[in-house]
Amino acid sequence: MENLENKDLTAGQADLTAENGAEPEIAPVFPEREAAAGGSPILECRDLSKSFGGTPALNHITLSVMRGRIVGLLGPNGSGKTTLIKLANGLLTPSEGVILIDGQAPNKESRTKVSYLPDRTCLPTWMTAVQLLDFYQDFYADFRRDAAEEMLTHLNIRLNQTIKQMSKGTREKVQLIMVMSRAARLYLLDEPIGGVDPATRDYILSTIISNYNPDAAVVISTHLIADVEKVLDDVIFINQGQLVLQSSVDQIREEKGMSVDALFREVFKC
Amino acid sequence: MNWQFNADAPIYAQLVRQIKLGIVSGAFPSGERLPSVRDLAMEAEVNPNTMQRALTELERDGLVYSQRTAGRFVTEDRQMIEDAKRTLAQTHIQSFLTAMTRLGYQQEEILTLIRQEAAGGEGVQHGES
Repeated sequence: MENLENKDLTAGQADLTAENGAEPEIAPVFPEREAAAGGSPILECRDLSKSFGGTPALNHITLSVMRGRIVGLLGPNGSGKTTLIKLANGLLTPSEGVILIDGQAPNKESRTKVSYLPDRTCLPTWMTAVQLLDFYQDFYADFRRDAAEEMLTHLNIRLNQTIKQMSKGTREKVQLIMVMSRAARLYLLDEPIGGVDPATRDYILSTIISNYNPDAAVVISTHLIADVEKVLDDVIFINQGQLVLQSSVDQIREEKGMSVDALFREVFKC
Repeated sequence: MNWQFNADAPIYAQLVRQIKLGIVSGAFPSGERLPSVRDLAMEAEVNPNTMQRALTELERDGLVYSQRTAGRFVTEDRQMIEDAKRTLAQTHIQSFLTAMTRLGYQQEEILTLIRQEAAGGEGVQHGES
């Protein structure tokens, strides 16, 4: 707890200097650099709770996600995975406790650091691939258009094709490409591999690996654990809104002598 | 390289073993540069940090060394590769012996069976071709 409070203090100080503008331009850069070296968590929840009309969805969750990590947010259906992700990108507000992105509550600025893949495709279907690229470029200063175009070309997606003309699997791939083409600090991927064929699943996972950035963290929510296990550094198990376990994949394998998938089946046995 | 993983051992340890196998078998030749961490991670479809950890482990063993600007290389020390090969062989033999003992065979019987199998295997090949 003491550690957490210290971090909060430094984060507050960094804000002050930035706001006052009293320091020369170079000053606000330093806290960022230090942070980029892996110091402070990019996502932090402290005693975070969310309930919907009296029904608790998340119950006093405390956890942190460090930069450079690929983290699996794992739990059965209805465990609170999507709620946690929506809290992290500011689509929901906490009922209790705090959630911090790079030391700040979700706000306009945090949104520039967070790239979010919703649990269902939400691309405007009338747009062509080119229009979608233009749209993302307009919207996000950190959009790497070259990277996106290269990945689309690699998939043989014609740029004048509309989203409507694409299959479900292709739409999912296109959406992931858009999300991963932002130079964000935190990627929140809600069920990126649910409901797609195994080849598409492989493509999506290799896209996540190839876009790996040591300064950014990726949070992947899923219940298809066997498929993502090799790609993850750490896992967070949640169930009925409660944090069950936070550990690294290899630590689980080393200590329990079983895969995360097997452990999940044991913990969540029906 | 054909990367495969089982469920019970840490992934980094399995990567260490498979890269060792690659070095011993010549898929990663002695003295040659290894692909980058990112490329190896993509090839094996694993987390880049896990691949990094495996390579660090191999570096500690001395099978791989890094040059600050040029990347990671497989050792030029042939003896070290030969030793790694022997160690891998021993591991295979140990697990084979354990399995055979569990089946109820004595050491002499096992050796006889191996000789028969080796001879028989050759015979079958001649017959087919």
